[in-house]
Amino acid sequence: MAIAREAEPVGSLQEVKEAGLDREDLLAVYRGMLITRGIEERGHILYKQGKIPGSFYTGRGNEAAAVGVATAMDSVDVGTPLHRDMGVHVTRGVEPWRIFAQYMGRSDGPTKGKDGNVHMADSRLGLLAMVSHLPAMLPVAVGCALAFRIREEKRVAVGWFGEGASARGDTHEAMNLAGVRKLPVVFVCDNNQWAYSTPTHLEYATEHVADRAEAYGFEGVVVDGSDVLAVYREARRAIEKARGGGGPTLLECLTLRMEGHAVHDDAFYVPKDMFERWAANDPIERFRTWLREHAELTDEQEDEISAGVKRLLNEALQRADESPLPDPSTLTDGVFATPEDLDTPHHK
Amino acid sequence: MAEKTYLQAISDGLRQEMRRDKRVFVIGEDVGVYGGAFKVTLGFQEEFGPWRVIDAPLSETAIVSGCTGAAIMGMRPVAEMQFADFISCAWDSLVTVAAKQRYRAGTPVPIVVRLPSGGGFSGGPFHSQNPESSFAHIPGLKIVCPATPEDAKGLLVTAIEDPNPVLYFEHKHLYRRLKAEVPEERYTTPFGKARVHREGDDVSVITWGAMVHTADEAAQHLEADGISIEILDLRTLVPWDKQAVLESVAKTSKALVLHEDTHTGGFGGEIAATIAEEAFEQLDAPLRRITAPDTPVPFSPPLEKAFIPQVEDVAAGIRELAEY
Repeated sequence: MAIAREAEPVGSLQEVKEAGLDREDLLAVYRGMLITRGIEERGHILYKQGKIPGSFYTGRGNEAAAVGVATAMDSVDVGTPLHRDMGVHVTRGVEPWRIFAQYMGRSDGPTKGKDGNVHMADSRLGLLAMVSHLPAMLPVAVGCALAFRIREEKRVAVGWFGEGASARGDTHEAMNLAGVRKLPVVFVCDNNQWAYSTPTHLEYATEHVADRAEAYGFEGVVVDGSDVLAVYREARRAIEKARGGGGPTLLECLTLRMEGHAVHDDAFYVPKDMFERWAANDPIERFRTWLREHAELTDEQEDEISAGVKRLLNEALQRADESPLPDPSTLTDGVFATPEDLDTPHHK
Repeated sequence: MAEKTYLQAISDGLRQEMRRDKRVFVIGEDVGVYGGAFKVTLGFQEEFGPWRVIDAPLSETAIVSGCTGAAIMGMRPVAEMQFADFISCAWDSLVTVAAKQRYRAGTPVPIVVRLPSGGGFSGGPFHSQNPESSFAHIPGLKIVCPATPEDAKGLLVTAIEDPNPVLYFEHKHLYRRLKAEVPEERYTTPFGKARVHREGDDVSVITWGAMVHTADEAAQHLEADGISIEILDLRTLVPWDKQAVLESVAKTSKALVLHEDTHTGGFGGEIAATIAEEAFEQLDAPLRRITAPDTPVPFSPPLEKAFIPQVEDVAAGIRELAEY
């Protein structure tokens, strides 16, 4: 039996306005989702061209969840997005050309070629770079919230994890500490129903991951992760609750991972009808339809936005391709920080 | 200058830093109301309040990773592991997250993890280990092992100032056994600068932590026999003072590397290899290592005594080298 609250979809434009988004914001959300998907579609092409070393991961199907949560964050908030959360980087303002440079291991990627794929973050934009060991960044997000609480700042940390990673001990330690200390943190579960090839019923025995929140002393909410407006509304509520001293929330965004775990995986183990059902619930198409019905999105505007995204990404690809590969002489640079490195916005 | 125990020196250094820098906070199990299992933070919560002396749930991962997040947000956290042994529960936090964050993401992680380590009091397999060598192998972590009260304070202050994750191994057997003069004022002891604990000409003993004192006792016994021993206290393993080691070996031509950690893969092997690579022609005897054997730390006193290098073991090793 479900314990978590199951969130309703968002209906009218009025309801959206009450949640804090005007029409311009809505178009920015739509554009952010298009950029997110566009980056990953072009990433596939780069991979096939042999320009991406190693493997390649995407978050197709998770665009609404990522962009929706990131839109609900304030600029002073911080987060630890994962490999399905490209939309968070895009929404926080990471330039697409730097993401392509990162994919290709170039020296202008956020990690300067030291790490690959979505293992990146621009700390100036309040993001912390993920590691492969999931959900190792969850207790780090709790630590960010702890700093905010100690300094009595009205800031919130958002920590992402997947339903697969919910099985690990770090999830428990992070949520328990956050619950005990009522820290300003929002846990976002990207539940895309498949942890590589492992289905949800082999990862957890409750109906929802969010059902666990009750046991940690805070609220759990399940939302349709394909509904960007519902994700935004629930994330906003959770973030503002945390900011106001109300403690953590566990927000579970239910989606389907529309591609394999990584580019090498054809996801043969996912039932075909499951893909078909969720394809009909595509987050971008769904939001586009909503905008046409509720926010007077015209053909002209749609074309203008699409053309702008296409231009942005083409230019980004070109600029990234001009970025040099890292010089092997930089191999041993930066293992240890120097005192000057502490001269960052966070450390000041 | 007042005499302080090794433990008081750690406590004083930490308190001083917390008084002068509001970014410094302490988190660990039982560090608040109880003052820590060994009472290093006794009275801290009364002075600094519950949000700067934080009693954490039994969650080593959340403690160390929590420090990492707080540090990236501009704090200067000092975590206490109740025993160094429990750091295994936070391996990922240190090795996967904190150690690699600067290199790959450009984000410094200025945290200190205090690790009460070492044996000698029947703590058994889980309360006696010296896991410094495991972490010295991980690029991005600094490793500190003070041997005296004065260094315990100075190295802790340096650790808190350092912009990197620092593992501060405080030897439990020295806590109350060692008493010496410690300056009242704030001072830093630099990383990577070995200390000559005892000057001598015949044999160099290279060591750190509690073994400095074991070596010193052995040296006192051998002095009567006319053997002059130089004891080099490395103070920090990452970075380690290679220059000082090579200089001492150049002077004595004979080297003994001594540590309480187990043998295989112990940091002594790194020192021995470096001496072999860079000072081979200056050696007048094969280099010797004295370490604990490759076993877990045993509980029962005669077994533990056989495990930890004793004064007589070290004296015998030095004598062999001197007579070679």
